[in-house]
Amino acid sequence: MTRVPMKCRVCREPAVIDLRRHNANFCREHFVAHCEEQVRRAIKHFRMIAPGERVLVAVSGGKDSLALWDLLGRIDIPADGLYVGLGIDEYSDESHRYAGAYAEARGRTLHVVDLATDHGFTIPGAAAATRRAPCGACGLSKRHVFNQFALDHGYDVVATGHNLDDEAAVLLGNVLHWDLDYLARQHPALPAAPGFARKVKPLYRLGEREMAAYCVLERIDYQVEECPMAAGNRHLGYKETLNELEHRSPGSKAAFLFGFLERAHDQLARGDAGPEVELHPCPSCGAPTPGELCAFCRLRERAIPVTAS
Amino acid sequence: MKVLLRNPRRELEIPGPTTVHALLARLELNPESVLVIVGDELVTNDARLADDADIEIRPVISGGADAGVPR
Repeated sequence: MTRVPMKCRVCREPAVIDLRRHNANFCREHFVAHCEEQVRRAIKHFRMIAPGERVLVAVSGGKDSLALWDLLGRIDIPADGLYVGLGIDEYSDESHRYAGAYAEARGRTLHVVDLATDHGFTIPGAAAATRRAPCGACGLSKRHVFNQFALDHGYDVVATGHNLDDEAAVLLGNVLHWDLDYLARQHPALPAAPGFARKVKPLYRLGEREMAAYCVLERIDYQVEECPMAAGNRHLGYKETLNELEHRSPGSKAAFLFGFLERAHDQLARGDAGPEVELHPCPSCGAPTPGELCAFCRLRERAIPVTAS
Repeated sequence: MKVLLRNPRRELEIPGPTTVHALLARLELNPESVLVIVGDELVTNDARLADDADIEIRPVISGGADAGVPR
């Protein structure tokens, strides 16, 4: 028999989750309310989404993007989803099924761009062509496709499911390498610019464990298995390291990230990080680029023959 | 207790009863990195687990594609 002695901080009913960072336990109802409140705060604080704007959610079939899509709906922000097929065998097929099932059950619009069908290459093909870690090619391709789709289809803002753990891990990586340019541009809300849609991260105040719990409690089925191509990557190592710190000292991840945003980001963003790079349209796809072809089109040129072989 | 673990997916038989806290310590898992689900219900760190419980320990860490690049 299982008993749950912890009580919800709000109503004193049995708790289903303990959040040491908040020194609080919550029942299902008040945990969902907590998640809604954190998303509302994030959107308001950084003016991420204005009333009436068209929102495109980057949907992967994982917990974060589906939780984000669900939470936006709960706080009356209608949004469409875009799923990008990466061509990672069964993993991609299964992820697509989770995204599609959620959209169908909730009556949402899910757009699909398939890298193999629409651009002639897959992420395994791109990784083989570049002989580099697949996560770099994957991130580059998704950023390009989400941005281009938003611009082409009149969406005002792209919302991604990056959570507190994602952002803290990225911050740790940028600090370890003192990458001032990336630090200057790491922010929950990146404004629109010529060739770029606005990009926002409404989950930056919520942890990865909170997002997984939200999906379990709200009966949202998601891709639980890790991407087979991400195993052992550096970003996952940063997350594990930060969770060791968090276990010993609850609140460390939030203090690290929120402290950066409150005390350091603006100084870096004012131009101390280095000179602005001049961008012009890519001659192939029109995306802003500092060089000749943009990074996505260079990747595609190298990956198409390898994917086809 | 039947305990399902992921990444890679595998199942263990562990004698109960015990607590979530003790089970995670025995498996050397960080409570910050997992959820514990009994049947299909989420349970807190101090919940007691019966000897005949079906338990899933679900990792919550994921991803890696966007490591650090803002645009």
